[in-house]
Amino acid sequence: MGYGFLFDVTKCIGCRACQAACKQYNDLPLDSELDRRYPRAEWDTPAPLTGYTWLRINARLVERGGKAEWRFVRHSCFHCERPTCEAVCFAHAFYKTPEGPVLYNRSKCVGCRYCMMGCPFSVPKYEWNVLFPEVKKCRMCYERVKIGAPPACVAACPTRAVIFGDRGTLLHEARTRISSSPGKYVPYIYGEKEVGGTSLLLISDVPFEELGMKTVASGQITDRPVPEYTDRALKWTLGVAAVWAGALTTLYLATKNQEEKEH
Amino acid sequence: MASLGTYSWKVKSYDEVFGGKWYFRMSPYRVLALALVGLMAFSMAYRLIMGLGPATNLNDHWPWGLWIAFDDLCGIALAAGGFFTVFVAHILNLRQYKYIARASLITAWFGYIVVSLGVLMDLGRWYNFWRPFVSWGYHSWLFVVLLCVVFYQGVMTLQFGHIFFERVNAPRLKEIFDKILPVLFVSGIVIAFLHQTALGSLYIAMIDRQNPLWWSQWIGLFFFLSAVYVGPAMCVFEGSLASVAYKLDFRHEVPLLAPLAKVSMWVLIIYLVLRVVDLIYRGHFLDMFNGTVPANLFLAEIVLGVILPIILFAMPAVRQTTRGLIVASVLAIGGVILNRMNVVFTSMYEAMGGSYFPHWVEFSISIGLVSLLIMAYCFFVENFKIMPEEHEHHH
Repeated sequence: MGYGFLFDVTKCIGCRACQAACKQYNDLPLDSELDRRYPRAEWDTPAPLTGYTWLRINARLVERGGKAEWRFVRHSCFHCERPTCEAVCFAHAFYKTPEGPVLYNRSKCVGCRYCMMGCPFSVPKYEWNVLFPEVKKCRMCYERVKIGAPPACVAACPTRAVIFGDRGTLLHEARTRISSSPGKYVPYIYGEKEVGGTSLLLISDVPFEELGMKTVASGQITDRPVPEYTDRALKWTLGVAAVWAGALTTLYLATKNQEEKEH
Repeated sequence: MASLGTYSWKVKSYDEVFGGKWYFRMSPYRVLALALVGLMAFSMAYRLIMGLGPATNLNDHWPWGLWIAFDDLCGIALAAGGFFTVFVAHILNLRQYKYIARASLITAWFGYIVVSLGVLMDLGRWYNFWRPFVSWGYHSWLFVVLLCVVFYQGVMTLQFGHIFFERVNAPRLKEIFDKILPVLFVSGIVIAFLHQTALGSLYIAMIDRQNPLWWSQWIGLFFFLSAVYVGPAMCVFEGSLASVAYKLDFRHEVPLLAPLAKVSMWVLIIYLVLRVVDLIYRGHFLDMFNGTVPANLFLAEIVLGVILPIILFAMPAVRQTTRGLIVASVLAIGGVILNRMNVVFTSMYEAMGGSYFPHWVEFSISIGLVSLLIMAYCFFVENFKIMPEEHEHHH
């Protein structure tokens, strides 16, 4: 099994050091405040990702025991086990690496933006102001991961709210944390089942629905990989086309002979 | 054939009709249409030089907009008149429909060229359009769409060779084209079928993002069936427009088109039943009555665009009159357009967030492409044997 992240909502203090580290390591410019395409977000407004913001910590106000409290949630690429972006790309520009990251190959990209439409988490974003734009998203700092170093965001986290490692080990760690402090966590690992499993796992002390996330438990997102749905229809294509062609040829020959008899 | 006998104009030889010259009549409408084509050319240059950002209002929330919805999904659905009439005239060999098949073949062929031009504008890295053939992204429905566009284009061009070499005198070439015609007809219909299915199936990947009133594992089949039933409706619509433009009496075509309208009615019924069964099976049947904007638009699509045309087409008194036939057809066409718009916009806005309204460059390219299509159609109708029934080469 490849690498992944485990993000613990109870440990995140919302300092956004990871967000800064991500920008710095990947050499990403600031989003232009003048560009109507980008969100003009206050620090506490949950905002989507952009072409130059691959990781965002969104602040959520939740109610806990009659008190309003802040929770901070990581939003970045989930690096799905079976990515939708890879399945929908007709140029094969997206691919899942054995190490875990889902990567993008700019030289193959046609720019149809089907990946942006298909991604269940709205992660891939576009360079709208470039003449030949690229699709941009988190790369799990592939160059670092390949040599065993943690991604920039993990290295920057002061509270170890996000940790890095083998996905199987992280799942085990998540289960241990949930079972060793009963009542603290919601007994649910986000990303274990969502769209067939993702490499970004989250655990939390408030229900994920309150953090604005679609869960399998609430029926808002499927627990099967999206490519299974598209493949299920695709595998019939050639067969149906062949039957259709056969039927049309038969009809053509039948009516042609009939016509000749009439004459 | 009896109904065609009432045509007042005689079939003459090519030289008598056309005087052997290429010909394009100008009129104020055509000046306007050509101006719109000129504006489109400017907009296309602007888009190609400046990029998608300045030229469109597409954004990270709405990566697909007017061009995909109108040019691609609506355009290809409405071009389906082409494959429906080819089916009736050349597969079922009903000779009386052959000249209708010619007219809609032309619209479908130009429709596809125009759609390809529009889609090329939509591609961010358009110079890479050939990439999928090398990378072979067979796991994507968009790959099927690309294959269909390319192959259908090829098949239609070869089919047109049959008409082209009638006008451009080359009997031996025409003979070759005549011989391969049946193969072209069958493959053309199969490819067109796959293309409609594939365009719908693009949205299978939007599971849990698209409103369940529209998302379905079977959306490809629904796209196909709606393209089939809109085929006769498009023949009626195009026929009535052509008869206004060329001062023909549309009443003579009604007896020919009414039986097609009845076929359309049966396909509409199958479509309606399948969509309802699918909604009940997935447990979302009652969603359409919850009063939200998507639910109301869904009801508008089904009631005005499916149920009403079924009722109108079912009544012989309506189906066999000029006005009734045209009204019911326009409703069916409007229903298909609304369906495609709903699939692209209405069903997605809850998941996508943000906002989108097309830029004037987007509008001018979409409008210009339609003008170009109409002008090209007029040119070919006036210079090739599209409208009169074919007599000569049966001798």
